[in-house]
Amino acid sequence: MDNVILSLILLVPLAGAALILLLPERGKLPAWIALLDSLLTFLCTLHLPAHFAGGRGGFQFEENVLWLSHPRISYHLGVDGLSLWLVVLVGLLAPVGVVASWKTIGSRSKVFYALFLLQQTAMVGVFVSLDLMLYYGFWELSLIPIVILTAMFGRNLGESSAVKAALRFFLYTFIPSAPLLVALLWLYAHTGSFDYTTLQAAIASGSLPARQLGWVSVAFLLAFAVKVPVLGLHGWLADTFSEAPVAIAMIAAGKLGLYSLIRFHVALFPALAREAAPWMIGFAVVGILYGALLALVQKDFWKLLAYATLSSLSFCTLGIYGFTISGMNGALLQTVNEGIIGAALFLMFGVLFDSRRTSQLGEFGGVAQKAPRLAALFVIASLALIGLPLLNGFVGEFLVLAGTFNGVSKGWAAVAALGVIFSAAYMLRMIQMVFLGEPTANSHGHAVRELSWRETVTVGGLAVLMLAIGVMPTVWTSTMEPALQSAFKVSSAENAVPAAAESGAGMMHAMGESR
Amino acid sequence: MTPDLFRILPEVVLTLVGVLVMLTDASMAARSSRRPLGWMAALGVVAALVASLWQGTLSAGTAFFGTVQTDAFSTFFHVLICGIVLTAILLSIDTLPPDGDPEQHHIGEYFALMVFGAVGMCLLTSAVELLVVFIALEISSISTYVLAGYRKQTGKGAEAGMKYFLLGSFATAFLLYGIAMVFGATGTTQVQEIATLLPAARSHALVLLAFGLMMVGVLFKVSAAPFHVWTPDVYEGAPTPVVALMSTAPKVAAFALIVRLLYGVFPLLHPLWMPLMWMVAVVSMTVGNLAALRQQNAKRMLAYSSIAHAGYLLAALAGAGAEPIAAIGFYTAAYAAMNVGIFALMAVVGGYDEHRSTIADYRGVLHQRPVSGGLMLLFLISLIGIPFTGGFFAKFYSFSTAMQGGAGWLALIGLLNSGVAAAYYLRFALSIAQPAATGARAEAVPRIGVGVSAAIGVAALATLVLGIAPGHVLDAAHAAAQSFAAVRGF
Repeated sequence: MDNVILSLILLVPLAGAALILLLPERGKLPAWIALLDSLLTFLCTLHLPAHFAGGRGGFQFEENVLWLSHPRISYHLGVDGLSLWLVVLVGLLAPVGVVASWKTIGSRSKVFYALFLLQQTAMVGVFVSLDLMLYYGFWELSLIPIVILTAMFGRNLGESSAVKAALRFFLYTFIPSAPLLVALLWLYAHTGSFDYTTLQAAIASGSLPARQLGWVSVAFLLAFAVKVPVLGLHGWLADTFSEAPVAIAMIAAGKLGLYSLIRFHVALFPALAREAAPWMIGFAVVGILYGALLALVQKDFWKLLAYATLSSLSFCTLGIYGFTISGMNGALLQTVNEGIIGAALFLMFGVLFDSRRTSQLGEFGGVAQKAPRLAALFVIASLALIGLPLLNGFVGEFLVLAGTFNGVSKGWAAVAALGVIFSAAYMLRMIQMVFLGEPTANSHGHAVRELSWRETVTVGGLAVLMLAIGVMPTVWTSTMEPALQSAFKVSSAENAVPAAAESGAGMMHAMGESR
Repeated sequence: MTPDLFRILPEVVLTLVGVLVMLTDASMAARSSRRPLGWMAALGVVAALVASLWQGTLSAGTAFFGTVQTDAFSTFFHVLICGIVLTAILLSIDTLPPDGDPEQHHIGEYFALMVFGAVGMCLLTSAVELLVVFIALEISSISTYVLAGYRKQTGKGAEAGMKYFLLGSFATAFLLYGIAMVFGATGTTQVQEIATLLPAARSHALVLLAFGLMMVGVLFKVSAAPFHVWTPDVYEGAPTPVVALMSTAPKVAAFALIVRLLYGVFPLLHPLWMPLMWMVAVVSMTVGNLAALRQQNAKRMLAYSSIAHAGYLLAALAGAGAEPIAAIGFYTAAYAAMNVGIFALMAVVGGYDEHRSTIADYRGVLHQRPVSGGLMLLFLISLIGIPFTGGFFAKFYSFSTAMQGGAGWLALIGLLNSGVAAAYYLRFALSIAQPAATGARAEAVPRIGVGVSAAIGVAALATLVLGIAPGHVLDAAHAAAQSFAAVRGF
């Protein structure tokens, strides 16, 4: 089982997509198949943490089959502490996405769910590929469903704005992937391999021409930074959030880019990544503030969510490029958190939007009276995003800030901490406008509907997870840390992990135990 | 000892079938259906395909006084060309106007011309004597000139035929001039002999002139910039099933000829032609992509994009050793699969009368006809070059070859270009995926015939196989590349 589980996780959604395409579109049949299939995939992904040998670095559940002999590309899969929880996260978010689309996707649901499941395969593929060409394949493949589904099922149906958003998203991510492919080809031309560990060793040995290698690492960095997105490259974010169907928007940002930054930039080019670190920290800190300040003044909740996401993703970037174990740990955990919280918020925003056909904050008010369950769950998710202790957002942000404070600079940490305060301001302002006060008369006269039982169960489950991660962070971070340690071991032969970082990690352990 | 006739067996089969189709056409009652002629031609091409595959089992060798050579190279391209012509014929059977339609005319000749065109293209890839090359090129060109002007009643159809004919014959004249110069310099027209005699040629100027003239001729045929101007007008005016053929098969044959000229005739000039091809590649892809960005008509857009693809293909020539030939072989196969596929679907969805012609006209196709729309998306995704489709590996091999030859800049320019190309392919794809404009009348979905389904199925399957399991085709392309002795010298 252990040696085919990753292929199984890739194949189950693909088989589900094929099944949906083959069966007729009758009522909710495609949606049911997608739901059952994604739950099955989720069960498969749970096999990974259940059988994961914790406490050691290196890859597990490996599969390595030669795909093409010339050029040498292998079907090489594997999971370590870095990717373990991200794979589970993708597994978790797929059923959430299906539930979020349950009421909004009417006609052509076959196409929607088939592409949605294809997207899941592509995303899992990105997290488990250890051959860079295979990784690139999944990376590119993951663009296609997002783009087509945005154009086809864009929220403002039939408007050209959906197509513009889809095009913009695609070009933003596809054009930087051209230099990425050139960089990959260059590495192949100089090493004769696309294998992750081989390349890592070759780069660490210092035998490659240094000047060109610098450009190669820049190409990698650029491609991933767009996908996160890092400040300055976030032009696609607000549009995609406003136009894409909820199930797609909730997976478009964050984890793919952040994971790739850690795995294929920091761990692959440790020395060069350190040179880029001051820049990235600068972008991250400014991004935290910029996103938070813009979120504070948005009138449209999709846009608000986009800038809030930019701000909290910048926290992750900050953690990664602080080069401290605690910061990286926090960034990785925060990536997972961001996925969970974002999914919950997106689902609930989707309900609000569908019942009123508007995303203007000013058009809402007093929703708490009409839909108490929605309001309660929304407040929990918002508090998690703000970083209230005992909820998951707190642990991630704390680790990042602690790492930055001890390992990078006290000043940067202090400035970044301002972002936490702002996040409380914009989220609470929104809750006040939408959920509190008197119910306002809506110009269309539509009432806000309460969450259905299916949605309540889903968001409730996510809320439980937020609490679980917040209360017992070590359960999750204990598997991440060895992977980060071993990534660092290769990466910092000449430059040991700062002692301060170790103390940050120790602090986290103490924190986990004290609870 | 293999009889000479076996070395041209596919060509013989095709010629006989072509003649048979014409004779049957003439002896049929005027009012009876001409569709069986299409099936007859298709069967003939299948026979030629089998003959080509059988030729692959023979040991490599020449025939007819060293004018024709069959080897892994010729087999690879024979199979590819026969495959393309077969799909184009199957496509035409169902998408040409139905029997009794006033627009339907000379349909027997139409199929015969397709088969005769295949004779020329096939011969072009196995000819190793420049006059045979010229004759083969003329056979293939003349039939495509006529096919391009098949809708002669319409202004655009006549324009397409006329333009293609005038410019095309001008280009073949260049080639013929070049052949004459080579003959003047070396005293022979046999490829192998030229290559050995070139170092001792009487006049270097003559050799360079010959090389230049011949390159103009073949670069025109593959519509590489700056010899590309004819492409969009001809594609726009020709019937879509014909475009499916002429945007692929003659180009495949012409690329085989380019390889033959560069590696068979002029390996000596490698230091000269490599930078030249580098430049032609960059200009072609840039000009093609930038022009395609501005097109509203889907066929014109794909015409410009085919110019860009010629550029990506030529980029492979910057590589070293036998790799470029293998990369070109693979690219032509993948390009043929996806281009035939997209044009076939445009013929089906857009109709022979082209009631859908602009990109905006294709709005809502995915909603109204999910299977056709979905397949169109597949081919467009492959044209963009997304992994797990043939288009990706084609680009990958081409640029990887260039990179290994030290042309990193070329790879970068090429891949950035494919980012630009993504914009217009995607505009088309998203138009297909969008819901139909409100108020658009629902359109009756016609039944799709067996022939056209088979054609599209083959193209889709090939696109996916080349993207997921390209090993076999790549091995064949590598074997084909080994047919050139000169590559070992680089």
